[in-house]
Amino acid sequence: MTGRGMGRGTTRLVVEIRRKAFGDHLVLRDLDFIVEAGETLAVLGPSGSGKSTLLRIVAGLDRDFEGRIGAPAEIAMVFQEPTLLPWRTALQNLTLTTGVDAGRAASMLAEVGLAGREERFPRQLSLGQQRRLALARAMVTRPRLLLLDEPFVSLDAPLVEEMLHLTERLIAEVRPASLFVTHAPAEARRLATRTLRLDQPHALE
Amino acid sequence: MGLAALRGEPRILPGPMDVLPRLGHELASGELLFHVGATLGRVVAAFVLAMSIGTALGLLMGRHAGVDRWVDPWLVVFLNLPALVVIVLCYLWIGLSEAAAVAAVAINKIPMVTAMLREGARALDPSLDAMARVFRMGRLARLRHVVIPQLAPHLASTARSGLALIWKIVLVVEFLGRSSGVGFKIHLYFQLFDVRMVLTYALAFVIVMLAIETLLMQPVERRARAWRDA
Repeated sequence: MTGRGMGRGTTRLVVEIRRKAFGDHLVLRDLDFIVEAGETLAVLGPSGSGKSTLLRIVAGLDRDFEGRIGAPAEIAMVFQEPTLLPWRTALQNLTLTTGVDAGRAASMLAEVGLAGREERFPRQLSLGQQRRLALARAMVTRPRLLLLDEPFVSLDAPLVEEMLHLTERLIAEVRPASLFVTHAPAEARRLATRTLRLDQPHALE
Repeated sequence: MGLAALRGEPRILPGPMDVLPRLGHELASGELLFHVGATLGRVVAAFVLAMSIGTALGLLMGRHAGVDRWVDPWLVVFLNLPALVVIVLCYLWIGLSEAAAVAAVAINKIPMVTAMLREGARALDPSLDAMARVFRMGRLARLRHVVIPQLAPHLASTARSGLALIWKIVLVVEFLGRSSGVGFKIHLYFQLFDVRMVLTYALAFVIVMLAIETLLMQPVERRARAWRDA
């Protein structure tokens, strides 16, 4: 059974994955959890443990699994890389991707410290600014479900701290149900209300 | 030819001083504009047709392996079909009409556009695709803001080589079965052994195509590339 329920009214994420395999290789099995609005569930585990697969299933990018996902329709995601449109300006990266108007996009840019950089192309921004732009894109619609796919990997320590602080603040403001995939327990402790380890047989702490 | 020029035989290789006054004369009489206009109309129609069908087909083939498997053998056949065969068959099957002329030119170019855009579609960034899907971008917005900008370099080089090829084929199509256009005039003066007029019309059209390249193609390409140079 494979299913995906999405609704405007839903505010929580319900995951019931019976089985997910790539060919003969079993990646996820019997994974059940619920993330309520305002909660952040950190998903920890070494590479290959199925963290990214779980995120792709929840995001609706992978529908080839056995189980059921119940998720709000308003989803946003922060990827490992900024994943911006390099040929569109910072402002357009918000308006064209999410459909918000220019005014709202500009005030969101200001909120992440990018005021005055609306007309810059992504490659004219520093790496830290690109990350903040990607975060702004995710939060500008005030999503009910926020997916974070190792968003701080490959950043140096001060930048991680800056991004953690900003993410923390925006999550507290918007209060989405959040799924935070990471391999860094320290980041998980900082952002998450609960932790799920995928290396052990799916122990919820 | 070189010898003819050296010996001053304008019947075989007329010099610029022979050709330019004819160009002025034909321009003044309106004859030149009419025929260049007819050819240009066919070039534009065939170009738009070939670029849109070829791009759509190339995207489909590049993104769906199933479509690629089915269409690829046909693509190879059409890539290797001589232009002349396509032209003659179009005239035979559709008749000596404008539609046949434009179709013949477009069919000659579509396989090349398809093959090049298929490569472009295969190189599309999957992470941008995932991003667009997660953020629920509409189909049209995705095409316009995510896919087309990635294909821009492929589109630009296809458009350039396409235009150069298309206008040459349009001349052949006109030569064989139209009663207007630069190709028709060249046919006419070929039968009259009037090298001067053949060169006059050829030169006029080369000038037009050069103008299109500098005034249209290059600025469009510069605009599409602005984000790289910023």
